[in-house]
Amino acid sequence: MNAILTIAGKEFRDGLRNRWVLAIALVLAFLAVGIAWFGAAASGGLGFTSLATTVVSLATLAVFLIPLIALLLAYDAVVGEQEAGTLLLLLTYPISRTQLLLGKFLGHGLILAAATALGFGIAGAVIAVGAEGVALTELAAGMGLLIGSSILLGWVFIAFAYLISVWVTEKARAAGLALVVWFLFVLVFDLGLLALLVSVERGGDWLPWLLLLNPTECFRLINLTGFEAARSYTGLTSIAEGSAFRPAMVTAILVAWILVPLGLALLRFRRRAA
Amino acid sequence: MTAVIDFQGVTRRDGGLVRLDTLDLRVNEGEVLALLGHNGAGKTTTMHLILGLLSPSEGRVAVLGGAPDGTHAETLRRRLGYLPENVSFYEQLSGREVLDYFARLKRVDHGQVGELLERVGLGHAAHRRVKTYSKGMRQRLGLAQALLGDPRLLLLDEPTTGLDPAATRDFYDTVRGLRERGCTVLLSSHVLPGVEPYIDRALILGGGKRLALGSLAELREEAALPITVRARSHAGDRDLAKRLAGWDDPRITVTPHDAHEVALTVPPDAKLAVLRRLTDTAGVEDIELLPPTLEHLYTHFSAELSPAQRGDAE
Repeated sequence: MNAILTIAGKEFRDGLRNRWVLAIALVLAFLAVGIAWFGAAASGGLGFTSLATTVVSLATLAVFLIPLIALLLAYDAVVGEQEAGTLLLLLTYPISRTQLLLGKFLGHGLILAAATALGFGIAGAVIAVGAEGVALTELAAGMGLLIGSSILLGWVFIAFAYLISVWVTEKARAAGLALVVWFLFVLVFDLGLLALLVSVERGGDWLPWLLLLNPTECFRLINLTGFEAARSYTGLTSIAEGSAFRPAMVTAILVAWILVPLGLALLRFRRRAA
Repeated sequence: MTAVIDFQGVTRRDGGLVRLDTLDLRVNEGEVLALLGHNGAGKTTTMHLILGLLSPSEGRVAVLGGAPDGTHAETLRRRLGYLPENVSFYEQLSGREVLDYFARLKRVDHGQVGELLERVGLGHAAHRRVKTYSKGMRQRLGLAQALLGDPRLLLLDEPTTGLDPAATRDFYDTVRGLRERGCTVLLSSHVLPGVEPYIDRALILGGGKRLALGSLAELREEAALPITVRARSHAGDRDLAKRLAGWDDPRITVTPHDAHEVALTVPPDAKLAVLRRLTDTAGVEDIELLPPTLEHLYTHFSAELSPAQRGDAE
């Protein structure tokens, strides 16, 4: 346990030092405030529209950004140390490979959590101060849910990044694969689902279940169904009636999306030759 | 004496490639052993087997009384120091932070960190980032890392590459100090000059096989390589070579360097006979004896290999 904390501590301090935490937080805060402020631009207005619109827009922003940030943060976790030669050294230390990977996960997970909480927290504070007539408790609940689910989503993609990182032997290849993963889950999956939706003429009761096959859709479901005001806003109420789509259930599935790739990465890392 | 490292018929195969072929090796406590060989000779494989990073395909490896790839690994690794070849440490951290991190992972008392930095001569640069370090400083940081926790066994893979002669000497002096404290040291090197005075024995590997193993004296005896004797007379002398020509022993050859300097190639058993005649020869002012160096021995033993076996497969 001590070794895990030591490794996590080093990763986190690295994250602070090379300004990952600061950069992520600023990007998220900047874009979130922008979206909140120009939320009415589509209808020709300027300024804060409604909390529901804002939360839906912020969730969409997070779906694009959080996975990308997580993958960039963590894709070289193992393969980077391998190229530097420090992995070989660490493997001769009295620590297990499981401890090494879990320590790194904890460190990277904390970096992402801190940056997300800070970034969206700033945005929430700006909205609370600047927007008129917004219910503070509702805002806090919406932003809290957004932050919590964003962190889970980030961890999912850190786990994916590790799986890539233990599989390849070159950093460049890991970076390429990370982008492929992002592309597949964030862009291609949606397009495929849309195509399927259009082409299926009858039945199609099973279609909503496909959403659970993609962690980014799970994230969207949590934010759209978990937030009262947003629910009426989107057409999701219909599918959210099934018990499998309750926020608690979807959250559990999102957690499974963290554990499965992380478990696979651990298995692979323990088996591979030094 | 107890064997710190014990290899019994160890073979390691990777796919169809034989990295190490039935190697037998015993290294005793407090010994300094040099691993010599071409690229791909099996030096690094041997080290990785000792570290437990690889398991033998056949045979048995025991290090400090247990198999390094089994449950024994945890205890073993706390008493072992390793300096890999070409390691670049976390560039963003300072030397002190790097050593702090490794000390914590090895569960070593923190007081050692500052002391070790001083010992390898990095005390003044402890707070600078590793990024600004020279190659020699990085190598010394690597050595400090390997020395954490007073290891009983030290494995150094090409420790002196990139070091200037003075730094190399400092480095070997540290190794000598460690040996005096009972630490066993295994170092691989292809930089042969310089390593001789500091080692007890050398293991010459080639194509995964053990070509020779022994102390310098033993290797010299086994190889029976001729000794070079140089004789010099005063500068005005014109015919030293003539006076030293004509030996009864056909194995002795005479090569004149210039008019007043001659090099004789002499088999070890004829050494004294040659010296006697040289001291009796008029005009000889200086005699220099050059026994075969480790480099000569290395060339001799690895000459038995076919060029394919010497290949640079790594």
